[in-house]
Amino acid sequence: MRKNLNVIAAYSIMMVLILMVGIFQSWNIALSIFNLCLISAVMTMGANIQWGYAGLINFGIMGYTALGGLAAVLISVDPVQEAWRAGGFDILMSLWLIVVMVLVIRFILKRFEKSKIRTYSIAAIIISGILLIRFSAEPGIEAIEAVDPAKTGFLGGFGLPIIFSWIVGALFAGGLAFIVGKVALGLRADYLAIATLLISEIVIAIIKHEDWLTRGVKNVIGLKRPAPYEVDLQTTDWFIKLVEKFNAGKLSVIENLADRQAALNQLVIEGSSVFVKLCYSGLFLVVVIILLILTQKALYSPWGRMMRAIRDNEEAANAMGKNVVKQHLLIFILGSAIVGIAGAMLVTQDGLFTPGSYRPMRYTFLIWVMVIVGGSGNNFGAILGGFVVWFLWIEAAPISLFLINFFTAGIPETNALKAHLIESVPYFRFLLMGLGLLFIMRYRPKGILPEKIEIK
Amino acid sequence: MDFVNAIILLLNYIFIPALTYGSQLALGAIFVTLIYGILRFANFATGDMMSFGTMATILFTWYFQSLGVSLGVLPTALLAIPFGIIFMIFYMLLIDKFVFKYYRHQKSPPVQFAMVSIGVMFVTQAVVRIIIGPGDRRFFDGEKFIIKAREFKEMTGLNEGLALKSTQVITIFVTIVLVSLLFWFLNRTKTGKSMKAYSDNEDLALLSGIDPKKIVLVTWVIAGILATIGGALYGLDKSFKPFTYFNNMLPIFAAAIVGGIGNPFGAFLGGYVIAFSEILLTYAYKKFFMYVLPESMEPNSLVQLLSTDYKFAVSFSILVIVLIYRPSGIFKGKVL
Repeated sequence: MRKNLNVIAAYSIMMVLILMVGIFQSWNIALSIFNLCLISAVMTMGANIQWGYAGLINFGIMGYTALGGLAAVLISVDPVQEAWRAGGFDILMSLWLIVVMVLVIRFILKRFEKSKIRTYSIAAIIISGILLIRFSAEPGIEAIEAVDPAKTGFLGGFGLPIIFSWIVGALFAGGLAFIVGKVALGLRADYLAIATLLISEIVIAIIKHEDWLTRGVKNVIGLKRPAPYEVDLQTTDWFIKLVEKFNAGKLSVIENLADRQAALNQLVIEGSSVFVKLCYSGLFLVVVIILLILTQKALYSPWGRMMRAIRDNEEAANAMGKNVVKQHLLIFILGSAIVGIAGAMLVTQDGLFTPGSYRPMRYTFLIWVMVIVGGSGNNFGAILGGFVVWFLWIEAAPISLFLINFFTAGIPETNALKAHLIESVPYFRFLLMGLGLLFIMRYRPKGILPEKIEIK
Repeated sequence: MDFVNAIILLLNYIFIPALTYGSQLALGAIFVTLIYGILRFANFATGDMMSFGTMATILFTWYFQSLGVSLGVLPTALLAIPFGIIFMIFYMLLIDKFVFKYYRHQKSPPVQFAMVSIGVMFVTQAVVRIIIGPGDRRFFDGEKFIIKAREFKEMTGLNEGLALKSTQVITIFVTIVLVSLLFWFLNRTKTGKSMKAYSDNEDLALLSGIDPKKIVLVTWVIAGILATIGGALYGLDKSFKPFTYFNNMLPIFAAAIVGGIGNPFGAFLGGYVIAFSEILLTYAYKKFFMYVLPESMEPNSLVQLLSTDYKFAVSFSILVIVLIYRPSGIFKGKVL
C-alpha cells in the first residue's frame, strides 16, 4: 500500500480536479473531459507500449487513430446499395488486381536472387500496376461518387453495431503497423520518427481524398450509437421519474406547479445529455480497465522482461538468442492496434468522422506529451499523463483567461494589449504544453510516475 | 510553333513554380541539415522557427510601411528581413541557452533532443500565434509581375502566356546568392572548415583546439539567417499562415534526408528534387500533348499521374523509398 502511495495520490488529485470542474462549471463539461481523458489514456497506453516497453519511437499515431475512425464508419454505416451497383464491380476488380500484384511481387522476391534486374522489374510491376489500377478503377469511382453526392457518394459500410468497430479498428491499425514496421523498423530512432510521421500524413491524405471509401472532407455524420439518444430519453417515463427523484429537494422548493414542470423539463434535458455521456464513460472505462490488466500482466511476464532487455541493450538481448527484429515488429503492431481502438472509440463518441480534423499536433505530438509527462514505461503513469494533459489542454483557456485578467486588473478593458491577449487565449494551451514538456524533460525526465520495476 | 508553345507551357506551369518552391525548400533543408550535422538532432521545430522569423519580418515590414519607407518596385519586406534575422537569431540563442545547451552537455541521445525540440515547437507555435494570430497574412507590396501572361502573348504572338512574378525572381536570385555565400563560407573560411571538422568528428575537432561554443553560436546564426530568409520568401510568394509553415516542415525534412542529411549541398539539391517531383507527378499534361502530338492522337483524359491532392504524399513516398533503399541519401550524408 505504501509503495503505491504516489499513484493513489496522483489519481485522487486528478479525480478531485474533474469533480471540481463538475461542481464549478457543469457536469456536462466534466464528463466530456473525463471521456476524452479515457480515450487519450487508451492512446497513451498504445504509445507507451511502443516507447516505454520497447523504446520504439512512433510519430504516426495520427494515422492509426484515423484508421480506427475509418473502421467505425465502415462497420456501422448501412451499405449504399445503389453505389455498389454503380461501381462495386470495378472496385472489387481493382482490389483483385492489387492482390495479384502483391502475390506476383512476393513470388519474384522468393524465386529470384537479389539483383539489379529483380529490383527494376519489381519497380516496373509496381508502376504499371498502379497505372492499370487507376484506369480500371476510375469509371467505378466516378460512378460511386456521382450517386447522390450530397448525402452518400460512397460505398457505405456493413451496417453492423458500431461497437464491433473497436475490434476492427485495432485490426486495421495493426495491419498498417505490420506494413510500416516491415519497411521502417530498421531505421535509427530519429529517422524512424520522421518516417512514421510522414507515413501517417500519407494515410491521412488517402483518407481525405478517396471519397468513394470515406466520403473524404465531406465527412460522415450521424453514425450509430451504442448509447441511447438524448431526444428519446427526454420522452421516456422512467428517465423523467429518475431525474425527478434525483432533484426532489430542488423541485419541492418551487411552489407553482407550472414553474415546477418547466424546471423539471430543463433538468430532464440537462440530465439526458449527462446520462448519455455516463453511458460512454462506462463503456470506455471497461476498455481502459481491460487494457490496463492486459498490459500490466504483459509488463511483468517473461515477455515484458525480454522487451525491457531488448530496449536497454539490443546487442546483448540478440546475443542471448532473442529475435529482436521480430519482437520489435510485434510490439509495433500491438501498440498501434491499441491506438486504433482509441481512434474507433473517438469516432463512436463524436458520432461523426471528419478526416480534415486529423492533425499531427493534436493526434501525434499531444499524445507524446502525455506519455512523456505521465511517465514512460509505467502504465499507470501513461494513463495519468493522458488525464493530466487532456485536462490542461481543455482548461488552459479558462485558466489563462483568469490569469490575464488577474495580472491586468488595473488596465482598462479598452487597452489594445489586454484585448489582444484575451483574444489569443486559445493559443496559451500550446505554450502550457510546450513549457510543461520542457520542464518535465529537464527536471523529472522519467515523468510524474516513473517506471518502477520490482524484482521479486 | 506548337513546339514552342509546349515549351512555354511547361516553363510557366512546371519549371518556374518548381524552381521557386524548390528554392524555398532548399533553404529550409540546409537549415535542418546544419542543425543535424553539427548539433546532432532532428529539429522538429524547424517549420515553427521559420514562421517565427517570418513573423518578425512581417512586423518590421508593417513598421516600415507605417513610417512610409518603401523600396519602390521591390517589396518592403526585403528591407525588413535583416531586422527579422537579428530577432530570429536572438530567439534561437535564447532557446539554445535555456533548453538545448543542457542536453548537449549531458550528451543526451538524439531521441531526447528530438523530444525537447517538440517542446520548443509547441512554445514557438504558441508565441507566434499569440503575437500575430493564426490567420492568413499577406505582406507583399511593390510590383507584382515582371512579365504578365497577356503582355507576353502580345509580345511574341504565341498562344501560351508566360507569367513571371517578381517574388519568383527574387526567391531564385536570393537563394543563389545566399547559397553561394554559404558554400564559400563553409569551404573556404577557417570557421567554416572547423564547423565541418566538428560535424565529422567532434572529439578530434576538440583536440585540435576548435572552440565548441563558437561553433554552436555560428551554427545558430547561420540557421537564423536561413530560417528567416526561407520563411520570408515563402511568405512573400504565397502567404504567411503559421499552420502552413508547420506543415512545410515535412517536405523540408524530406528534402534534407533525400539529399543526405548532414550534407548541405545534398540538402540544397534535395529541395529541388522534392519540388520538381511533386509538381511533375501531379501536373495534368493534356494541353502539353495537344501541342506536341498530331490531332488524331490527342488524349481525352487529363493525363495526370496523380491528383493534386496527393502533392505532399509524393514527396513523402520519395522519402520513404530513399530511406529504405539508400538511407544515406542520394548524395552520401551521414550513414545511419
